[in-house]
Amino acid sequence: MSAPAGSPQRAASARMQPRLGGAAASGAAAGPGPAPRQQNGPAQNQMQIPSGYGVYPQNYSAPSGHCFQGPGKMTSLPLDDQCGDYYSGLYAVPTQNVVTPKTTNQQAGAQQIYGRAPPAPHNVGSTPEYFQGAASSASHLYTSASQPYSSLVNHYSGPAMYSANSSAVSQGFPSTCGHYAVSTVSNAVYPSVSYPSLPAGEPYGQQMFTSQNASTVRPVRDNSFSSQNTALSHPSPLPPPPSQQYHQQQSLSGYSTPSWSASGPPSTQDNLVRNHTGSLTPANNNPTNTVADSLSCPVTQNVQPPKSSPVVSTVVSGASSARLPPTANHLVEPVASVTQPSELLQQKGIDSSSTTSSASPLPNSYDALEGGGYPDMLSSSASSPAPDPAPEPDPTPAPVPTAPQPSKVAKPFGYGYPTLQPGYQNTAAPLHPGGQPCSPAYSGFQQYTQQYPGMNQLSSSLGGLSLQSSIQPESLRPVNLTQERNILPVTPILAPIPNLNLDLKKLNCSPDSFRCTLTNIPQTQALLTKAKLPLGLLLHPFRDLTQLPVITSNTIVRCRSCRTYINPFVSFIDQRRWKCNLCYRVNDVPEEFMYNPLTRSYGEPHKRPEVQNSTVEFIASSDYMLRPPQPAVYLFVLDVSHNAVEAGYLTILCQSLLENLDKLPGDSRTRIGFVTFDSTIHFYNLQEGLSQPQMLIVSDIDDVFLPTPDSLLVNLHESKELIKDLLNALPNMFTNTRETHSALGPALQAAFKLMSPTGGRVSVFQTQLPSLGAGLLQSREDPNQRSSTKVVQHLGPATDFYKKLALDCSGQQTAVDLFLLSSQYSDLSSLACMSKYSAGCIYYYPSFHSTHNPSQAEKLQKELKRYLTRKIGFEAVMRIRCTKGLSMHTFHGNFFVRSTDLLSLANINPDAGFAVQLSIEESLTDTSLVCFQTALLYTSSKGERRIRVHTLCLPVVSSLADVYAGVDVQAAICLLANMAVDRSISTSLSDARDALVNAVVDSLSAYSSTVSNLQHSVLIAPSSLKLFPLYVLALLKQKAFRTGTSTRLDDRVYAMCQIKCQPLVHLMKMIHPNLYRIDRLIDEGAIHVNDRVVPQPPLQKLSAEKLTREGAFLMDCGCVFYIWVGKSCDNNFIEDVLGCPNFASIPQKMTHLPELDTLSSERTRSFITWLRDCRPLSPVLHVVKDESPAKTEFFQHLIEDRTEAAFSYYEFLLHIQQQICK
Amino acid sequence: MEAVVFVFSLLDCCALIFLSVYFIITLSDLECDYINARSCCSKLNKWIIPELIGHTLVTLLMLVSLHWFIFLLNLPVATWNIYRFIMVPSGNMGVFDPTEIHNRGQLKSHMKEAMIKLGFHLLCFFMYLYSMILALIND
Repeated sequence: MSAPAGSPQRAASARMQPRLGGAAASGAAAGPGPAPRQQNGPAQNQMQIPSGYGVYPQNYSAPSGHCFQGPGKMTSLPLDDQCGDYYSGLYAVPTQNVVTPKTTNQQAGAQQIYGRAPPAPHNVGSTPEYFQGAASSASHLYTSASQPYSSLVNHYSGPAMYSANSSAVSQGFPSTCGHYAVSTVSNAVYPSVSYPSLPAGEPYGQQMFTSQNASTVRPVRDNSFSSQNTALSHPSPLPPPPSQQYHQQQSLSGYSTPSWSASGPPSTQDNLVRNHTGSLTPANNNPTNTVADSLSCPVTQNVQPPKSSPVVSTVVSGASSARLPPTANHLVEPVASVTQPSELLQQKGIDSSSTTSSASPLPNSYDALEGGGYPDMLSSSASSPAPDPAPEPDPTPAPVPTAPQPSKVAKPFGYGYPTLQPGYQNTAAPLHPGGQPCSPAYSGFQQYTQQYPGMNQLSSSLGGLSLQSSIQPESLRPVNLTQERNILPVTPILAPIPNLNLDLKKLNCSPDSFRCTLTNIPQTQALLTKAKLPLGLLLHPFRDLTQLPVITSNTIVRCRSCRTYINPFVSFIDQRRWKCNLCYRVNDVPEEFMYNPLTRSYGEPHKRPEVQNSTVEFIASSDYMLRPPQPAVYLFVLDVSHNAVEAGYLTILCQSLLENLDKLPGDSRTRIGFVTFDSTIHFYNLQEGLSQPQMLIVSDIDDVFLPTPDSLLVNLHESKELIKDLLNALPNMFTNTRETHSALGPALQAAFKLMSPTGGRVSVFQTQLPSLGAGLLQSREDPNQRSSTKVVQHLGPATDFYKKLALDCSGQQTAVDLFLLSSQYSDLSSLACMSKYSAGCIYYYPSFHSTHNPSQAEKLQKELKRYLTRKIGFEAVMRIRCTKGLSMHTFHGNFFVRSTDLLSLANINPDAGFAVQLSIEESLTDTSLVCFQTALLYTSSKGERRIRVHTLCLPVVSSLADVYAGVDVQAAICLLANMAVDRSISTSLSDARDALVNAVVDSLSAYSSTVSNLQHSVLIAPSSLKLFPLYVLALLKQKAFRTGTSTRLDDRVYAMCQIKCQPLVHLMKMIHPNLYRIDRLIDEGAIHVNDRVVPQPPLQKLSAEKLTREGAFLMDCGCVFYIWVGKSCDNNFIEDVLGCPNFASIPQKMTHLPELDTLSSERTRSFITWLRDCRPLSPVLHVVKDESPAKTEFFQHLIEDRTEAAFSYYEFLLHIQQQICK
Repeated sequence: MEAVVFVFSLLDCCALIFLSVYFIITLSDLECDYINARSCCSKLNKWIIPELIGHTLVTLLMLVSLHWFIFLLNLPVATWNIYRFIMVPSGNMGVFDPTEIHNRGQLKSHMKEAMIKLGFHLLCFFMYLYSMILALIND
């Protein structure tokens, strides 16, 4: 993490930091050897299984409740599943945007549509200027305010210190899982099947079917079947447990005496700290770096000597203001800081799950699940791992140096609370009238202002100078939209940083996970209404993170009244009490919390990891369970009608499954099942011990039943051979089918019955309109209406069957994911309901054919790989809390809203995004900060109950100008898109389109009439909103909302589904694609990712005027890439990159770039790979020749141009101006 | 005859009042999170048609018995009931849809509606009572 010596470019060196850190961490982790991960399975054997789980063998159920915790256990990696290595860094890496001072003027040619073009460098130059101002003032604040923190972050920072933890051991106790899987089915669940006393929990009872070698059993509820069961109904009820498991239990019970919990934290404290070493990283003497680092990464903060003199701060500011490019670079750092393995905190657990948290009152309804406390469940615990059998590698057990600092009691930023010392309030400077970001209002830090009074004055006066020099913040700079030709910046747009003091900024949640449309929250609803801007949150809570502090402790500290988790924004009144930042209740600090396991010091609750990180994950105790954590259960429901076989998706699916079978997230209990359907439903008996898979056909689709109570969902590890056999056989099993009907509804009902005892994930593959049984649908699309400009009908579902099913599934913790691979209309709007309300996800492959449409086939293959291996959380609930006075009223995403603020998510996946609309119910005058907290409680695929908590803190402002200054235009546009989808479904598409236009008109006219004092004849927007009209125009031309262009109904509905459930980063690409010129890629400003040089071409605006025949352009639309090759494109490019001798010989359908050994090919490919790596849906690449028929696809994304049915950007601006003047 | 009409209306109105109270109680249960949205909506949706029939019946009865004022008073509410029932989108599970009831302040507007209806029915109740007594005296 030190400053890379001899680095040619400062920019490059700053960017390299995260990567180096990562390498250091991984290198250290590799040191002890690639030990398998810890898996805390065996203790789950002692869970008491509720009745839903069936009869339980007696010898297991007896000792339940002693939830054992070994001393060195409960360590799990932040990325604890298979997709970890694949995904680590992918999200974060692309966000390290390089702000290279590109002054390459984009005004090639004389296409001056807008008349006078302002000097282009103005735009480019002014941005760093703003940054510079912010940076310099920031640096002053830093030295004054955040000094103590630089040292206290030490305790758990530094990449190397966790190396030991990463070698957690995965103990697959394969034999321990059997009983769980087998015992899940009880007779009572299947009343339709007339089995007389089937011993449901009997592991070996399924052998009864093995005697039947007939590949097809037709058990139409006849007696023959039941008689077989009775014949087998008396096997030994207590099978001998597998020996390994038994021994495990024995060894566990030795530890699990009640006295264990009594021994409590102190005895385990040694373990906690043992692995944290090397917290002092080498000093970084680079002054400019410290500016950025103070904003972003605590690690490099260590670097600063604890007693930094005021001189340093002035040097810092001088350096940063003197050089523009480095400053710009550093300012981008906060985004990149995600990759810094700085706060990786893995505590060695001090957890005894049998200890109930004293802080949880006992709730009495399900919604309080996430609120903890279930007395009836206390006896069972699932997350009690075994003692780590591998010797814990202890690289350098150096004691963590406790930084010498005065024991601080009050949290520094609890301003506004009268209980604080008067001196504190004195230091708080008044808010700057101009709404200046980085105003020092919140920087007061009592002790330190006393320590360095001179410096503080100096820095604040310097800050004041820099503030005053720019009268308005950059985000309020008025922009004349009609005059500004290059409205789109050449670098990717970053999320605005909330105007908080540095400490809070540093602690605040990453904008990738949590964003608000207004980073300055208006004080009253009246102010919000005046601003005419949408207020809401954009969430990406389960994002793949490269690092995440995982906290294991007996008591998860929460507010007693509002149940908020303790977070960095609470204030400690004294050592024993903390004040909730959401409801302002004063709570006690539990005894355990007083002890900081990282520093091994007592009495520093404000230094606990929970209070130092805004994104943390807790390992939850049994209080947070309604039932034992479920195993990972995957069911595949496959369409095998003629249409499906013809499309040939089965081959791809089975192949992907075979390849990724071992990578499916899960533990030894993982179960899997298959159901296929055409006009009948086929089940597959895969019970271990069978010689081959058995197919059981149910033809009674009006009243679906399960042909056999168990062995349809089988343990993945026990029946792996049979599963592989089935997957190999499936693609050829139905090749000659003549069945064209599809009984999707009954198949889903069967799937629901199959899944309801456990919950899990159902993946449905469907290729046509369901035509039989319940839930059958009619074709509703009129092809002649596809390009109608008037009404678009049938955007809503045709039947409530799928919605009901989804709610049933959601109630049983089952999510339904839909893969629609159809060539014709298949009423996605109805089918999508099954995923929408069960928290599933939807994939749509229009005109899919495995051979005729290879690009779609490849897309399916890649997306399946991601789908099968990505992280998954089961039986999840998410609750969003916000400061008193704010309230949430509408939620967007795939889930079921169970109560006012509780979202029920049967499954959660890393690619799911959510949006919430907020309103201000009470005036926020008595507070200057508001906080939002999302808590996502889920069961990991390893059977651990975990809570991921994100907390976002935002300032409250009272002036309209400040509200406009803090607009996050991307978040606002995403929220508007979500609202527009709702509007178009509930009322009509044209209504939604009008609402979108009105959103721009209203906000801009409100701005010009209240804030700006310029004349009304010009269209003025604040700089923060300058992209608003462009994005709204892009939305209007998006597939979901466009009219006049031929759009298939399913395509439109799919686009709407995407808008609803994509996280912001991906949604923005969908709405406004990025265009790059790639025929002249240069290494200037390139970034380095994994030893590869990734060039960073500037963004071009989406207009045909930017396309030249001499060039080649890459358009990144999120789910598809287009490379447009101009007619007279340089032959060198065509040869070197596309591998064709000349333009004419480029094939019409080209979906791959050949791997050529030329520099330009390498650059292009590394750029495309880099773009591709940062998203979950792997985009398909299309090479589009100029003049080829496919170019319309490309040209419809050029949203700034006019089409037959829609305005060009300039016309749109004029239209808005007209509306405003009206 | 007149008296019979009003006795019937009175009884019907009582039932509608009880129904309104039931709606309010159930919705406030949902608001306080005592029941989940699914069961709340299925409970309430069951009573939408009885309410509709009960109210339409009284309205028609007033028309038939030529009580113009009372008929015109009832007409808007009856129309609203029918309109609401007809305008339910095909994909929804009834007037109360569990997936939407927490969105866009629907719960609040349902609550408001139930309150207004309760007030209206109470007003009607006394009107019928008065008319009934008047009719009985006249007889």
